[in-house]
Amino acid sequence: MQKVLHINADKCTGCLQCEMACSFENYGTYATAKSRIKVFDFHHTGKKVPYTCTQCDEAWCLHACPVEAITVDKETGAKVVNETTCVGCKVCTIACPFGTINYVADTGKVQKCDLCGGEPACAEACPTGAITFIDANWTGLGKMAQWADKLGNQPSAA
Amino acid sequence: MSWAGKILRVNLTAGTVKSEPLNMEWAQAYLGSRGLGSKYLTSEVDPKVDPLSPDNKIIWATGPLTGTMASTGGRYTVITKSPLTGAIACSNSGGYWGAEFKMAGWDMVIFEGKSPKPVYLYVNDDVAELRDASHLWGKSVWETEETLKKSLQDPLTRVSSIGKAGESGVLYAAVVNDLHRAAGRSGVGTVMGSKNLKAIAVRGTKGVGNIRDPKAFMKAIAEKKKILAENGVTGQGLPAYGTQVLMNVINEVGALPTRNHQDVQFEGAKDISAEAMATPRKTDGKKQLVTNQACFGCTIACGRISKMDQNHFTVATKPQYWGASGGLEYEAAWALGAANGVNDLEALQYATMICNEEGIDPISFGATIGAVMELYEMGVLTKEQVGIEARFGSAQALAFLVEETVNGRGFGKEIGQGSKRLTAKYGHPDLSMSSKGQEFPAYDGRGIQGIGLAYATSNRGGCHLRGYTIASEVLGIPVKTDPLEHEGKPELVKAFQDATAAFDSSGLCVFTTFAWGLADLAPQVSAACGEQFTTEELEKIGERIWNMEREFNNAAGFTAKDDSLPKRLLTEAAKTGPAKGKVNMLPQMLPKYYAARGWDPEGRPTPETRARLGL
Repeated sequence: MQKVLHINADKCTGCLQCEMACSFENYGTYATAKSRIKVFDFHHTGKKVPYTCTQCDEAWCLHACPVEAITVDKETGAKVVNETTCVGCKVCTIACPFGTINYVADTGKVQKCDLCGGEPACAEACPTGAITFIDANWTGLGKMAQWADKLGNQPSAA
Repeated sequence: MSWAGKILRVNLTAGTVKSEPLNMEWAQAYLGSRGLGSKYLTSEVDPKVDPLSPDNKIIWATGPLTGTMASTGGRYTVITKSPLTGAIACSNSGGYWGAEFKMAGWDMVIFEGKSPKPVYLYVNDDVAELRDASHLWGKSVWETEETLKKSLQDPLTRVSSIGKAGESGVLYAAVVNDLHRAAGRSGVGTVMGSKNLKAIAVRGTKGVGNIRDPKAFMKAIAEKKKILAENGVTGQGLPAYGTQVLMNVINEVGALPTRNHQDVQFEGAKDISAEAMATPRKTDGKKQLVTNQACFGCTIACGRISKMDQNHFTVATKPQYWGASGGLEYEAAWALGAANGVNDLEALQYATMICNEEGIDPISFGATIGAVMELYEMGVLTKEQVGIEARFGSAQALAFLVEETVNGRGFGKEIGQGSKRLTAKYGHPDLSMSSKGQEFPAYDGRGIQGIGLAYATSNRGGCHLRGYTIASEVLGIPVKTDPLEHEGKPELVKAFQDATAAFDSSGLCVFTTFAWGLADLAPQVSAACGEQFTTEELEKIGERIWNMEREFNNAAGFTAKDDSLPKRLLTEAAKTGPAKGKVNMLPQMLPKYYAARGWDPEGRPTPETRARLGL
């Protein structure tokens, strides 16, 4: 089964455990500045929204790369940056419509979410279930269940 | 490890910024944050210094677990000598600033001297420099954060700053970060303002990486997070209701100080409770509470985000207050509400926003208003003097006076001096509900005996956060004790004070102690910092910190006489509720407390105690 990261912003408290988990997984340090998932705090509404790469099927970054440094991990479906091939030209960062692939000045390469090889650290670290890793074909299952509950568990009119 | 190992020393008089290695010997003995920052302060500052003179210093300190994945690992402490009390001040804040500063590669920053003109400190990893802040002077905390993020073209910058209150000398001005998280008490913001220091803007990209045993650390913090999630208080009560879950509870116990502690139960408690915040308003059908919010790394998420009723008289013509903003916490709701007999939830939310926006401590402010209202009803103060009819229960007076106070206008100037100075000026010093000049928070020492002793002996003056015996006396954590009984409380207060000092110094939040003891903190500190940090060692560190703070205060001129409570709590019995007929039994408890602490009858640590703690 292919799985995807699924984000339910209503559950996010803004604790940034996901950002720390991401940087710890990839760099061995707790550094929110190095995280590939970012939480945005819209303080005028009180909303906190985690955001990261959705792993597009026809990925703009992958097609834009002139040295084919971005490839598909067949097991997870993740679009993965090969650091030894990447030349740091940043064309992918321009091509991505969502801003989720970014340049890292320290390494001279780009970085993006690679689903941690199939066990995303952010989802594991999230204390509220705002970030989950679920069946790619059934991201709507939770909402469907909510509506089914509303419809099916109503007292009947008669 | 897990300390960054480096500190910044900023001389504001000379305009210099230097990097120094952290004193690792002190780090082992005082851990970090509150303890370690206080060790630097007490070693470098004359206890008799005028708090608002250039000779006072002010320190922002993180702990070894600040900026890590340990739950609640986002705290920092501001340490200085307090202008409100003349005692040591250390005020703790959450939000994101502390972790950002640690991630820039620094454990603390020490400010000395006084800048000739307004400045702010800019820190971007290794780069640290003083910059002109003349364009920020006169601005609120909220405007300062927005202006800095815009001018630096970096929305990820975190800011710790003062508003107008800190500039104008309100004696209980707060240091505020991330819009509505505050190092709130004892006037740390006043000292910041006295040095012409407006803000510290930080961007940290290095991260915290030198965990001693990362595998053991990740395992330990995961286990401890599970305890928080499964605990009724930290896993359910606090995220759902925030600290405001206490309003109705403390009222029923008969320990909700009302109308300047004249009463111990408030008939309007339910109107200003967590339940009221979560109930749709009659006026617009919306709830005041929008959502809960976490500080950095926190898996509890007790913070409140609220929205006001746009038609309320306080904001009807002020759309800038219509958006979501930091909501009512229990202490603020009590101080702005019950302490003044005000039961208008919207007015309380307005006042709490102004406290955040311009940076004042809502506890000391609200409690001072309580004293003003009592003096007004006695006829000592008049409408002409105060600028408004200031009877108990007046939401109009509360809203008017919070504006006057933060802006340093009219009678607000006198309110900004705190209740001790104000009541003394008008001939009624007994009406200041404070210890060592700092106003009490939201628990009455007649209905809850231990907290009275904790107030009287707190090293920063009246405060619930130095030894939160409410946990035991009301909530039964870790064991239930009778709130009306004074026997056994001296030992209880000491245990809470010492454990809290250790938690405060780790970089984690004291709210974890609803579910954790030192035995839960120890494996986390040990995996991060060193095997020697056992439960017993942390307990000893906490006690060492407490005695160090005490010796600074003693050297500053405090004596056993200052371990006191107002006459009202000692002689005027509670009128209603379970504590009816009770006064606080401080005279019985205090000598036993000194004995438990290993202090002489004058409240001074004995040579044996000093030697045992390595002081």
